[in-house]
Amino acid sequence: MSVALLIVSHSADVARGTADMARQMAGADLSIAWTGGNPDGGLGTSLAAITEQLEAVWREEGVAILVDVGGAEMNSEMAIEQFDKAKAKKIRICQAPLVEGAIMAAAEAASGGGLDQVCRAAEEFSHA
Amino acid sequence: MGRMSLAQSHNPAENTGAALELLDVLCTLLLGAEDELNGLDRAIGDGDHGGNLARASRSLSELRPELAELSMGEAVTRAGRAVVMSVGGASGPLYGTLLMEMGKALPDEPGPGDWAAAFAAGVDGVARRGRSAEGDKTMLDVLAPASRALSEEASADLHEALAAMRAAAEDGFETSRGLRAKRGRAAYVGERSVGHDDPGARSALLCVGAVADFLGENKG
Ligand SMILES: [Mg+2]
Repeated sequence: MSVALLIVSHSADVARGTADMARQMAGADLSIAWTGGNPDGGLGTSLAAITEQLEAVWREEGVAILVDVGGAEMNSEMAIEQFDKAKAKKIRICQAPLVEGAIMAAAEAASGGGLDQVCRAAEEFSHA
Repeated sequence: MGRMSLAQSHNPAENTGAALELLDVLCTLLLGAEDELNGLDRAIGDGDHGGNLARASRSLSELRPELAELSMGEAVTRAGRAVVMSVGGASGPLYGTLLMEMGKALPDEPGPGDWAAAFAAGVDGVARRGRSAEGDKTMLDVLAPASRALSEEASADLHEALAAMRAAAEDGFETSRGLRAKRGRAAYVGERSVGHDDPGARSALLCVGAVADFLGENKG
């Protein structure tokens, strides 16, 4: 299996759209999940929903998370902390812009890159 | 029958009961401040700070019966978790972490020094979670000096300690207004944030003030 991606945005539409775009560009084999919106469905993120998606996509190869702003990153960190240390080590938040980072990460994951490479691909974009 | 004081009661149920009263006060306060906090956030952020804290307040009110069954430390930790789960914006993980770290640090029958130490632990947690420091124009500009003042005075007179905590919070808030935001959405507007009140600093000031009022009403 390849590295999985999780898209976390304040907006469910942005998260879904970003995941769709990455999947269309990287191929249907890409394992990518998304979540967006606060627990009431408004703009924001939900710790419970992030945790649920992480549980669904977690695998030995790792999971790379792409986030948009502020609370999305902090809630993702808290979600990672829900996992035991061994599992948490294989979940990484990429410091990259959401859409561009997701596309770069998806391409790298689809071509068999490991978790480090997937995150680097996303993060290098922001320095390009 | 006292309300909660920072002075230790040997009856944990009485401590928790008073803490629930304080929780009610804070929830009512934050629900009433929803529009004001949204307005401050709209000026330099995304306009949701009041709504986020109102959602936290409603969730905490629903949790009240469950909290009543817990020890002080457990109740504060559980409340923090509810804040994180209900909010959805950056204030959720921040205020949630404040409470969760406080709860972890509290013994069963906390005295003034224990509360001061717990507050300090909570503030450290907020700084770590937000990767921010005092001076970044965030809630930490209020929480950090308030916590230091409480720690310095906690061994002396309760009323003096509460007054010092409130004064430090107010000074921190005033100082914060002139700063340029370095964290959160407000950082995107950069220089334009100078002269605006940070919504997180404002909500922190409201809460610290309410805690000082509530505890100060009891002669300890
Ligand atoms: Mg906001």
